[in-house]
Formats: sequence, structure tokens, C-alpha cells
Amino acid sequence: MLLSIEDLLKSYPGPEGPVPVLRGVTLSLDAGETLALTGESGSGKSTLLHLVAGLDAADGGRVGLDGQEVTALDDSGRARLRRSTVGIIFQQFNLIPSLDVAANIAFQARLIGTPEPQELSRLAHALGLEPQLRKYPEQLSGGQQQRVAIARALAARPKLILADEPTGNLDEATADGVMEQFLALVAETGAALLMVTHSPRLAARLGRRAHLSQGRLA
Amino acid sequence: MTGAVLEALASHWRRNRLQLLTLVLGLALATALWSGVQAINAEARASYDAAAATLAEGRFHQLMPREGDSMPQALFVALRRAGWLVSPVVEGRLRVGGTAVRLVGVDPLTAPPSSAASEALARTDLNRFLRAETLVAGPEMAALLEANMPNPVLVDQAVAPGSVLADIGVVQKLLGRAGRISRLIVLPEQPLRQQPLADIAPDLVLQRADGATDVGRLTDSFHLNLTAFGFLSFAVGIFIVHGAIGLAFEQRRGVIRTLRALGVPLRRLVVLMIAELVVLATLAGALGIALGYLIAALLLPDVAATIRGLYGADVAGTLQIRPAWWLSGIAMALGGALLAAASALWRLARMPVVAGAGGRAWALGSGRTRTLQAAAAVVLLAAAGVLAVTGGGLAAGFALLACLLLGAALALPPCLAAILRLGEAQAVRAMAQWFWADTRQQLPGLGLALMALLLAMAANVGVSTMVSSFRLTFVGFLDQRLSAELYVDADAVADRAALERFLEAHADAVLPIMSVEATLAGLPAEIFGVRVGYTYRENWRFLDAIPAVWDEIEAGRAVVINEQLSRRAALHVGHTLALGPGLSLPVAGVVGDYGNPIGQAIVGEALFRQTFPAIEPSRYGVRTGNPQGLRRALTEAFDVPPARIIDQAAIKAFSLSVFERTFSVTDALNVLTLAVAAFAILMSLLTLAAMRLPQMAPVWAMGTTQRRLAGLEILRTVLLAAITAVLALPLGLALAWVLLAIVNVEAFGWRLPMYLFPVEYIRLMLFALAAALLAALWPAWRLSRMEPTGLLRIFANER
Amino acid sequence: MNARALIFLLLGVGNAFAQGFAGLGTDAEGFAVPEPGKRFEFPQDHGAHPDYRIEWWYLTANLTGPDGADYGLQWTLFRSALAPGEAEGWESPQVWFGHAAVTSAATHLSTERFARGGIGQAGVIAKPFAAWIDAWQMEGDSLDRLQLSATGNDFAYDIAMHAEGPLVFHGAGGYSVKSAKGQASYYYSQPFFSVEGTISLPEGEIRVRGTAWLDREWSSQPLADDQNGWDWFSLSFDTGEKLMGFRVRDAADSGFTSATWIAADGAVTPYGDGKLVATPLETSWVEGREIPTRWRLVLPDRALDVTVGALNSQAWMGLSIPYWEGPVRVAGTHPGKGYLEMTGYQRR
Repeated sequence: MLLSIEDLLKSYPGPEGPVPVLRGVTLSLDAGETLALTGESGSGKSTLLHLVAGLDAADGGRVGLDGQEVTALDDSGRARLRRSTVGIIFQQFNLIPSLDVAANIAFQARLIGTPEPQELSRLAHALGLEPQLRKYPEQLSGGQQQRVAIARALAARPKLILADEPTGNLDEATADGVMEQFLALVAETGAALLMVTHSPRLAARLGRRAHLSQGRLA
Repeated sequence: MTGAVLEALASHWRRNRLQLLTLVLGLALATALWSGVQAINAEARASYDAAAATLAEGRFHQLMPREGDSMPQALFVALRRAGWLVSPVVEGRLRVGGTAVRLVGVDPLTAPPSSAASEALARTDLNRFLRAETLVAGPEMAALLEANMPNPVLVDQAVAPGSVLADIGVVQKLLGRAGRISRLIVLPEQPLRQQPLADIAPDLVLQRADGATDVGRLTDSFHLNLTAFGFLSFAVGIFIVHGAIGLAFEQRRGVIRTLRALGVPLRRLVVLMIAELVVLATLAGALGIALGYLIAALLLPDVAATIRGLYGADVAGTLQIRPAWWLSGIAMALGGALLAAASALWRLARMPVVAGAGGRAWALGSGRTRTLQAAAAVVLLAAAGVLAVTGGGLAAGFALLACLLLGAALALPPCLAAILRLGEAQAVRAMAQWFWADTRQQLPGLGLALMALLLAMAANVGVSTMVSSFRLTFVGFLDQRLSAELYVDADAVADRAALERFLEAHADAVLPIMSVEATLAGLPAEIFGVRVGYTYRENWRFLDAIPAVWDEIEAGRAVVINEQLSRRAALHVGHTLALGPGLSLPVAGVVGDYGNPIGQAIVGEALFRQTFPAIEPSRYGVRTGNPQGLRRALTEAFDVPPARIIDQAAIKAFSLSVFERTFSVTDALNVLTLAVAAFAILMSLLTLAAMRLPQMAPVWAMGTTQRRLAGLEILRTVLLAAITAVLALPLGLALAWVLLAIVNVEAFGWRLPMYLFPVEYIRLMLFALAAALLAALWPAWRLSRMEPTGLLRIFANER
Repeated sequence: MNARALIFLLLGVGNAFAQGFAGLGTDAEGFAVPEPGKRFEFPQDHGAHPDYRIEWWYLTANLTGPDGADYGLQWTLFRSALAPGEAEGWESPQVWFGHAAVTSAATHLSTERFARGGIGQAGVIAKPFAAWIDAWQMEGDSLDRLQLSATGNDFAYDIAMHAEGPLVFHGAGGYSVKSAKGQASYYYSQPFFSVEGTISLPEGEIRVRGTAWLDREWSSQPLADDQNGWDWFSLSFDTGEKLMGFRVRDAADSGFTSATWIAADGAVTPYGDGKLVATPLETSWVEGREIPTRWRLVLPDRALDVTVGALNSQAWMGLSIPYWEGPVRVAGTHPGKGYLEMTGYQRR
């Protein structure tokens, strides 16, 4: 089992005391498996994703990832896990605006070693980014930017890809195109995918589905 | 990983060159101000040290003759044989090729190891120095000596400008003073056993190292002003650096989040950002030092002239790069940058990887920080108050300055906010209301820049108040001291009696001026003899005096002393001052004296002539209704060269020109400080411009032109600057008071009355507004020329 | 190095005495030069000889405190001429310097004085005898009975000296050869002083008694140009016999030795180069230099085989001209006490 989540708890401080966001979530994912996490706004989808990635600390429960206890790691341990095991794709793309497309794609792979140039050009080709390689993020359309983010995540060859509404900022036609290429590439690399989406249509394209409602899995 | 992260961090600067420029330039300017002032100080100090070392004054106790200006050489031998480690010095003036040169003769074998004599000797040898009768002098004297003297000349920087160092035997011969010495330097370490001084040399007095003749101590007062100014520019500089670095960090907040999300550990990120900062600060520091060198090189001739004019101490008018200020400059840039970055780094370290929403305005202080700042301001201002009442000494004076300035800076944002809230309450029209509210919202972002402006403006008000007060007092003093219309050089006429008769016949009053050097209350001083008449009775203003002061002086029953003597010897009206053997007189008055470092005692003409029968008047002051006519008559009757008759206006003009030069340096630094503050405002506005678009776009969308918005932006900046400048006025006056009433007394030995100069303040305020206006112009121009899409994007994409 | 030391080195005054003597080998131009067969005349020759380049009055004493503890003291007045002859006032070419030191097993204190000739600050007159620099003086009606005093800023001494034997002349009747090339000096001693007095150390005043040895030497060219320092011994044996011996080291380090054997009644036997063999046994680390502080001295002609060890190995004279000078103890065939002076050891 690649990912196992047990009884995960998380709340955020509010004006009138803590507001619970996750109220005991249990979930697991095998290597190569794809799972769509759906739910309404504020249901805790993104929080769950952040906890899995070690971007935030849980209040209770545990997250096991690739044989490691994410919830027991310290900050630098979680950073190591993010570099080497996880690839994250954000709704806002989160590219580095001062680096060009080629450098952005290679970036995470460079954090853990020396990327293979063939792999980088294969990804750029597969995502149709070749004409854009020397451009800067601000010169790209939203769809292109997200393709760069996908390439960046995949280039590091993670075991688990976490995607938070990856097409949430794109129009439907573009979103479909991006998603098509994304899923194909994920399948090719054999990575597991945990994707947060509010679109049932997208969710249907993944292997499993889970629905989060008021901090619990339905 | 490090390479990739560094590349990501550095790529920011490649894509944002303007920001890099502002950061480097801000740091460089701050360093330049600091190191420029340091350079001037270091240079002048080095010159004094050379002077003091040549004189061997200040650092060593000395034995001086109780009377007269020399002692027999046999006393030196007697003291040595009695176990006293003393070294003889003979000095005097010699005319060399028309220039008066100060000759200092030393005995290299007994001179203290750290004196200029031994420094200079390290570069020659005994045979050359003693046997070949070598003269050692600074570079500017060498040519003169080589052209006019048969002796070999050795150039050495350690010798004070205007002085020539040689063996004591050589100098005795040149001055025609064989067997006489001027004074004895007492070495710091003395043997276990020695006979009492009084047994061997009862006619010598021991003058302690901290004597009033220490030229370095005197000129320190000037440096004090410069140093205070250096600290102020440092403070202003730190505000800019803080702003620039805060901005650089804030703009990269998103990138830093991304990097951390991609798995870069926080510690590595912080270390790399510090490394980046160190590189940038070192670069900027080096640039700043080069700039500072330029500033110093431009100002130094003025400083040298100033010091020479005020104190007669020579400063070589050349600048040498000294390691001390290189180091202090780099340290300032690094220390300042790291200090300024500390809070940014701290916030960075505590920033969660996943943000709730986009970035907050970078300097937007939380309510808690604001409360803390206000509390700190109150505490600091209270401490300043306590120090002003209870403190004594230079250190307390400076601590008071620091508390006052920092406290005031911290108090600025709450004060501005309160004033803006008042304006908002008065506003009726919607646009006006928005304007006030939006201005207030901008405060946190502009706070640091406005604090810099406050300090710069306050420094200007304070320093110009001090300078102008000094000037006013000084002019009054000149009126008092140079009250006669003409001054005739007594040596110009061979028949002195005939000259006196002529003057008595043609002038309204004749005032012979006689003086003799003396030691009063153990301090070097001059005794003046004056012919009491209406001139003195009408023009002289005393700090303290008995009612019939001039009657007492005229009758030879009392003495008037200057403030320096009064303060240093703790002599006040009613005390008795010993003027010489068997002559002690009560002090009848204390008079302000602003052009002269040493003590003065003034007695009536009759008493003076009786006590010092050998002293002839050196000059005659002449009161006349027709100075030009009398001048002509004198020239015709006695063939007096015109240069030997000086009219009061000329002396006054000369004295004032000397004085004006003193503060031309301060003026130049004033302008620079203000320029730096303007730069801080410009940078803050540029930073805020992007962040403020979301606030401006709705107003634009609701039907305001971009031009109007830009105009309001300018108005807003000028308004904030104006309020700040008004608030700076009381702060500046407080600063002036500290400088005049505390620092000046400690340094100069006299307290200056403080005058207010409203016109000057208005001028300075206009200056500050102009600076703010200039700073606001470019950002506003950019706003007015912006493509509408830039504003539209705000609605399309909420960051 | 302070400025004054530099002056002396540049000047060459120090070279006659200091380490690094490589520069000396002077031709003594203008200065009188020692010749064999001089007839000494006293008391005049106790006074100064301004026509010679360098001269000294060099006194060392081995002393014992009331508790039996050993002490040593040194009082030296050097005269060094920038040019031959004497003149009045500051014109005088004579430069004087004095060294004074006190040594115990635990401490060594030293200081120096400088003075110009011609003004009365320092000098030597023969009758009545007086040698002085500043407040330091050695004086008496004749050389047989002297009062000696000096004070530094952490020590002082005041002793009375009484000669119990005759003057002793080294080399050929006072003409002492210093190198194979014939460099020489005039050299005689009064090694028979008995002394008593007081020394003041930081820990207090100590009454002392013991013996003292005065050396008188003047020359214009004391060292050959390849000689770089010397080791000099003055030893008083328990038998009443005495030995003066020195080794002038040269670049090849074979050295030039000379010795004078002094019988208890003052009769002298000179020994030329090679008779006395001095071998370092032990060195100490002193002020960054490796200095021999234990020696073996062998003089086969006298069946002498002794070891000479420093009372205080750190007896370093850290003055403008630095050197090692201190009291020694002698063991072996001829036990006794004495003084050792070593110059020219370079910093490593």
C-alpha cells in the first residue's frame, strides 16, 4: 500500500473557537491507483491534500506514505518527502515567475538530482510545450501554465501525484485537453494519483472516487 | 538542490532589475553617507593626532616653566639624574622663505616611544637625524624647506602640517636658544624611586595630559557635530535598507511558498537567502564606500578650511583611504542589511507553507505590532525626558539624542493615523472620503519611508537651528569685540608716541589693545589691558556681572574673564583670580567668547601697563565718524601701508567667512540626507503601486480618470510628507536644544542661546515637500499612462 | 620592534653588540683601533675613551639572600660613538645606554636608559670614579670601593662593593683577540668584588651579599664580518679561582674561543683559540628563540670539566637590543657560580 490515511483530524482557529475541517478521515491508495476526491467547497478536500503532502500538520490520526509516517516527520523530513516522493499540482499553477518554462519543468527534478534531458524533452513534447520553452510563465495562457506545472511534477518521477483542482482555473475545452494529456502521462509513469475536483465528469475518469462531506468520507 | 534554489532566487533579480537597483542603491547610499562622514572624521582625526603627537600634547603629562616660556636645559639633566623620565622639547617659530614655520626640537633618545618623533625616526637613523641635522616635515612643507634651508629634508606624514621636526640641538641653534628648552614631556612609566619634583625643580609646574591646550580635544567639538550627523544618516539609511529588503522578501513570498511546497527545506532556504543578502550587501557596501569617498573628497577641503579657520589646527587637505573606514563601511552595509532583514527572515520562517489567501501588504503591521510600537515610542520619549533632566556628560547627551529620535520615529505612524482620521471625519463628498481613507490605508506601507523623512527633516531643522543660533551669537560677539571702526597695526609706525598723539587728535576715541600670554588658574590664557570708555560700556554684554563692572575695571580693582575660563576654572563673579605674583583681583564679570579656545582675563589699561611695563600695544582700535578720511590722513601723515589699517567691516567679513565655511559641510550633508529620504519615498511608492491597483481599479471603473487618480496619488504623498514635516519641526527643535544646551557645553565649553528661525524652517519644509513631490511623480506618471488592461486584469484575476 | 631599536640597528651602534652582527666587519674609519702592547694607565683608563667606537662598564653579581636563595644582578653602561671624539652639548657624538636587571630563580626584571653625551645626563669620569646614566650610578673614590644603584619601574637595587684582589688583564696583557682575523679589544676585569646591599623586587626588599665581577672593554671593531654572536662566561669557583671564557660564533659555527684562568691571588693564564671547549647540552625556548641554557665547559690544560646551568632559563633582556644574560651554577670538577651572556640567537 502506497498511501494510508487513518482517522485524520484537523481544525482551524476561528473567531469563536476551532472550526473542525477534517473529522476522522480514513482512506488508502495503492501504487499506480488513481482516486478522485470530490466534495463541496469547504468540505476539507484541499486540507486533506495538504496534510498528505506534509504542507501542514494534522491535529490527530496518521498518514503513511511509501513506508513513512508523514504525521511523525519533522519539517525537514516532510520537505524531503515532498521533494522525492510526491509531485504536487496546484490550482494556481504556482510556477516560479522569474524562471523560463524549461527551467520550471526541470526545477523539481533538479532538487533531487540531475534530470535526464530526454525525459524533459519527452514531457515537453507530450504536453505540447516545445514552442514555449524559452518563454516566462506570465507570457503563457492558463492551460499552458498548468501543462508546465504537470511537466514539473512528472519530471521528478514521484510515486504519488497530488492534484488540487488542476483544471479549476481553466475553461472547459482547455481543461479537457489538459486532463487528457495529464491522465495519459500519469498512466505511462505508473504513479498513483490523488486528485481533488468538484467535477463529477472528471472524477468519473479516475479509477476510484471518494466523496468528502463536512469533514468525513461519505 | 542548492544550485537550483539559488538559480530560482537569483532569477528574481534578473527579471526585476529595477528592484535590484533600488536595493543596491539604497544600501549604497546609506553606506555612502555613513562612510563619507566617517572618512571626513577619520581624516581630520588623523591630522590632529599627528599634530598632537608632534606637540606631544594631550597624551603625556608635561612640565612647564611656572613663568616665562623656557627653562634652562640643566633642569632636564637634573630631573633625569633624580630619576625622572622626562624628555626635552624646544619649540618656536622661524620664518622660512616668508612663511612662519613651527620648529619642534626633540631628543630622540629620551622621547616617548609612541610620539611622532619616534615614529618619524623609525624612518631615518641617528646619524642622519643628529649628525646631518635633518629636518623632518610633512609633504607640504618639504618643498619650502628644501628651497630655503641647507639641511637635508625628510618627508614624513607623521609630522603635523605646518610643523618641522628636528633634533633639539639643531632647533636650539636655528632659534638661537642654546641651552634653553620650552618644556619637558613626562613619560607615562616612571621608576620606583625618584626625588620629589619640588626639591629639584620648584619653578616647574606639572600640566596634566588632559590640559586645555590639547588641540585634539578642542576640535573634537566639530567632530561631535559630524558624528551626530553620521548617526542620523545611519538611522535614515537603515530605514531605507529595511524597506528595500522587506520589499524584496515580500515580492518573493509566492516563490518561497512554491519552493517549500516542492520540498526545499526551510533552513536551507533561509541560509541561502542570507548568503544572497551578504553578497548583495557587500557589493552595495563597496559601491557605497566609493560614493562616500567621493562625498568626502568633495567636502574635505571645506572641512580642512573650517578647522583651520576655527581652531588654527592644520588638516592636510588630502584624503587617504584608511582601512578603518573601509571596514566600518562594509560592516555598516552588512550589519544594516542583516538587521533590516532580520524581521523579514523571521516572518518568512514562521510563514505557513499553504497560505490562506494571497499576500498581505508587506509592511502591514498587525494590531499587536502597532500597539508594541506605540508603547516603545512612549517609553523612549519618557527616557529622553528623564535624561534631559538628570543626565550629564557627552554620553548622556548622545543617549538622549538616540531616545528622542527613535521614540519620535516610532510615534509617527499613530500620529499620522490620528490626523488622517480627523480629516476623514471632516470629509463630506464621497471622493474626499475615499481619499482620506485610502491615504490612511497606505500608511503602513509608507511608514518606514515617512520615518526616514521625519528624521532627515528633524536633523535639518535641528542642525540649522544650531548653526543659525551660533551665527547670531557670533555676529553679536563680533560687534562687541570689533566695535571700533578702524584698527591700526602698532608696528606700522616707528614713532609710536607720535602715532598715539595723532590718533588722539583726530579720532573720537583711541583704544590701545595690549595682551600678554599667561597661565591663569593653571590654564593657558591671555591677559588683555583695555582703555575703558563708552565703546566698552555700550557694546559689551555680560553673561553675569556686577552693576558697576567697568568702573571697577577702570580703577584696576577687578577683572573680567571669558566664559571658557569661568567654566574651566569654576570661577564666577565674586571669586578671586590670581593674575600674577602679588596681584589677585575679584572677578567682576563673565563675558561670552565664541571665537577663542583659551581663557581670557581683561583688566584696565593703567593696571596692565603697571603690571607688564614691557608690553606695548599691538594695535589701536580707533572710533571715528569718518573712517575713510582718517585712513587717508594716517597714510599721508605716517606713510602707513594700507594693509596695516584694517577696518572693522573687513575683519567681520573675514571672521564670518571663516564661520560660514564651518557649516557648509553640514549644509551639504543636509541636502544629501533629504535626498536619501526622498529616495526611500520613491521606492515605497513604486512598491505600493502594484499592490494598490486592486484598490484603485474599482474607483477607476466607477468613473474616475487615470489622470485624476494619478493626481490624487501625488496629492496623497505630498499631504503625508507635509504632515510629517510639520511633526518634524518640534522634533528638530528638541534636537537643536540637545545639541546647544547639552552636547555643545560638553564639547566647546560654552552654552549657546537658542534662537528660532521660522523662515529657515519654511524653506526646509518646502525642500522636504519638493523631495516628496519628486518621489511621487514617477509612480503617478506610470499610473496615468497605464494600459486599461492592467486595471481590468484586477477584475479578471483576483491574484 | 620599537622605533628606537630600529634606529640602533640602522645606525650600526647596536651591531657592535646586538645579534645579527653580520653587517659589522667595519673598517673603523676615523676611530682609534686597539693595538697590542698597550700600557694601561689608571685611573685614567677607568674613564671613557671617546676615540673608540664602543666601550662598556659591565658589572654582574652573584648574590644570596638571608634564606640562602640565589639572585643575580646586572648593571651595564655602554658608550657608543657616532663619530670619534667628544664635544660640548648636543653636538656630542657620544650616545650612552644603560641596562639593569635583577634575576631570581623565578623572575627576571630588566630595563634600559638612553642618553646623549655632552649634556651631563650620562658619562664616566675616572677620578673620583663615577659612571652614571640618569639616576643609575656606580661611584666611589677609587675602583676598589664602589656604591652601585639603579631603579626600574618594578625593581631597584643599592649595593656596596669592595675589591679583594687586583685588576686582571685578558689576552696579551689586556689586548684580547676576538677572531682569527685579528679583531681585538682592550679588555680587563675586576673579578674580586665582595658585595652587600639591598635589592627591591615587587614582593619586597631583600638583603643580599655575594660577589661581583666588573668587566671593562673598549674597541672599534670587535667582531669579524662572518661572526654573528657570542657566548660569554664569567665563573667563580669555590676554590677562589676564576675563569673568563667566551666563544664567538661564526657562520660555520666552529667558533673562536678564548679564556683567562685567574688564580685566587689574581695571577692570570691566557688560553687562545681552541683551548676552551664550550658545548651546549640543553636548550630552552625563550622569546621565540632556542637558547642553550646548560653547557659543558672543558679546559683540559686545567683539568676543568664542568656543567654550567642557568639559575633562571628565562633571563631574557627584552630591550631595544635583546639578548640573554643571567646567573649560572657550576657543577663538576670545579663547582661554583657565575654569569652567562649569550647574544645573536635569532627568533625562529
